[in-house]
Amino acid sequence: MEIIIRPKNKWWQLNWREIWFFRDLFYFLSWRDIKVKYKQTIIGALWAVFQPFTTMVVFTIFFGKFAKMPSDGVPYPIFVYAGLVFWTLFSSSLSHVSNTFMENERIITKVYFPRIILPASSIITNVVDCLIASLILFGMMIYYHFDISILGLTIFPVLITMTVFSTLGIGLFFSALNVKYRDVRFVLPFFIQILLFVTPVIYPVSIVSEKYRWILGLNPMSGVIETARVVILGVGQVNWQLLSMSVASMAVYCILGYLYFKKVERYFADVI
Amino acid sequence: MSSIIEVKNLSKKYTIGDRQGYVALRDVMMNIIKSPLSWFGNKVKLAVTHNKYNEFWALKNVSFSVEKGEVLGIIGRNGAGKSTLLKILSQITPPTGGEVRLGGRVGSLLEVGTGFHPELTGRENIYLNGAILGMKKKEIKAKFNEIVKFAEIEKFLDTPVKRYSSGMYVRLAFAVAAHLEPEVLIIDEVLAVGDADFQRKCLGKMSDITKKDGRTVLFVSHNLDAVERLCSRTMLINDGEVVSIGETKEIIALYKSKVSSLTVKEMILPPRDNTIVVFEKISMNTDDAVDVSDGFEIGQKIRIKLEFNIKESAKDIEISFKLRNSHEVDIMFSSLSDSCGFKFYEFQPGKYSAEIEIPNNFLMPGLYHIDLFATRPGFAGIDAQKDVICFRVFSRNTIKEINYGMGCVVSNATWSVTPLGRKTS
Repeated sequence: MEIIIRPKNKWWQLNWREIWFFRDLFYFLSWRDIKVKYKQTIIGALWAVFQPFTTMVVFTIFFGKFAKMPSDGVPYPIFVYAGLVFWTLFSSSLSHVSNTFMENERIITKVYFPRIILPASSIITNVVDCLIASLILFGMMIYYHFDISILGLTIFPVLITMTVFSTLGIGLFFSALNVKYRDVRFVLPFFIQILLFVTPVIYPVSIVSEKYRWILGLNPMSGVIETARVVILGVGQVNWQLLSMSVASMAVYCILGYLYFKKVERYFADVI
Repeated sequence: MSSIIEVKNLSKKYTIGDRQGYVALRDVMMNIIKSPLSWFGNKVKLAVTHNKYNEFWALKNVSFSVEKGEVLGIIGRNGAGKSTLLKILSQITPPTGGEVRLGGRVGSLLEVGTGFHPELTGRENIYLNGAILGMKKKEIKAKFNEIVKFAEIEKFLDTPVKRYSSGMYVRLAFAVAAHLEPEVLIIDEVLAVGDADFQRKCLGKMSDITKKDGRTVLFVSHNLDAVERLCSRTMLINDGEVVSIGETKEIIALYKSKVSSLTVKEMILPPRDNTIVVFEKISMNTDDAVDVSDGFEIGQKIRIKLEFNIKESAKDIEISFKLRNSHEVDIMFSSLSDSCGFKFYEFQPGKYSAEIEIPNNFLMPGLYHIDLFATRPGFAGIDAQKDVICFRVFSRNTIKEINYGMGCVVSNATWSVTPLGRKTS
């Protein structure tokens, strides 16, 4: 095997063979994050549930009870929780991914490996958290007498995958930006917070007039959450226009994020 | 015979100021909003003229090749470009010009214990660190017992490494690294760790790797004995350029005679064109009329005299120096404004001389290096010259071996003991 190092390699290409070679590193980095997080097993698992659950309770009280937010005929707690399962995955992995290079600065300046492994592996813990949190969702479905359908169970991993790729696309961009501009990490929480309100987590898509609904689709999470409610809870119709819009924007973010990341990736060790 | 490493005209440029401080997105955006035209103008100016004030070539046209199975030593002063070369070869940073062809997978050991996680146990860290260094899970599993045995940590395998002593930590880290098996192994100064016994063991392991296994190794070290023992051929680098490559013995002799005279009383610094502050000469002396050609006695004050030339008048130039010991630990950092009531000295164009006094009974016996800096606010570097002079401090007349060499500076702490009542039995 020959390696050639030049000032400008074909930067936009992803070297799959190399990534395959480093697959064990991906495994061990994900394993490290999970291990460290769940070192105190019970606390770790409880925390994964605690965050979306508390948010659900607070949202139910304020938005469901007091503000009388419509929820497409579904009990508000389960309506909002179904959204929160995916939203929490998105928001926590986005901030996790964006800071991944700063947290692993030492490794980056001392060892070579395809850098993309770091952000990719840092999402895994969040996926585990999300799976634990979704157990509560199924618990609530039983409590509120919803049928757990085969279709819902098959679509669930698809939606998780979509969320993961949306995060990866946007996160790659921010993680690379974060290396160069250190104030990005202060802006990011604010950005994520704002994003919560333009994502149909608290409210249903139906409160937006039909003409403008597609704009919500610029946010990939809109399609994911809306489809999750329809398919998993089994109420209403899939909004294909919104979903395809979300898939398209996810693809665009992935490509843009990836290109920016690849462009600056090689200089991480010089700048960080 | 075919060469496994082929380096052609390799260069690397750094922009001084890149790593000092950081760029805030906020500032960049504000600049664009405030004066979009001048921001754009600056960008164009930068692209057209190159800002030569802040350029620094860490490597200049370096070419060499290494045969399969060869152990090549790389020596040179601090800041000569050794580490940059290793970083390019291990793909951590890209070169600015030139080309490298590697005929095999490279494993680099620029630091021991990279990626160790304090919360994880020794066992877990062996796997994690192994994977970070490029080992496969299978390989680590196969070598696991060997690693544990080498590190002598059998009893503490399931203890989180945050509870390890620093000795245990370093032993484990080296043990993992020593069991790497890439086609080309790059090692930077890792032997400077652990106690003397373990260092000997590491050196033994290193010579096993190189001699028995016939692997290609690039070895950077300040430990000339180690280089002499391990390497058949050695390359001397100075100021980013290859001075000479050849028989290890000859190169080490050359290095000793030319580059690293241990204590230099006076150094004329190489002229630089494109800086506002040009450091010209640095010299050292002491109060007494004692000959300081071989170093300073611990009780002597050390005077550093610095001569420099200011090219433009500027009211915000800061001149600083840093003192490092031979373990690369920063001992002190001092700036001109410290002695001017924290205000900048107002320089007019012309030549200046500055005298710095380091108190006596302060530095421990050992070898010290000085770095010089000329900066402007926000740590924007004008010039940084690493390792301009080195000197030795010794303790010939001091009766007590100063605390067995513990600590970085001479302890001037005072103790007083008060008995708090006697035990009655």
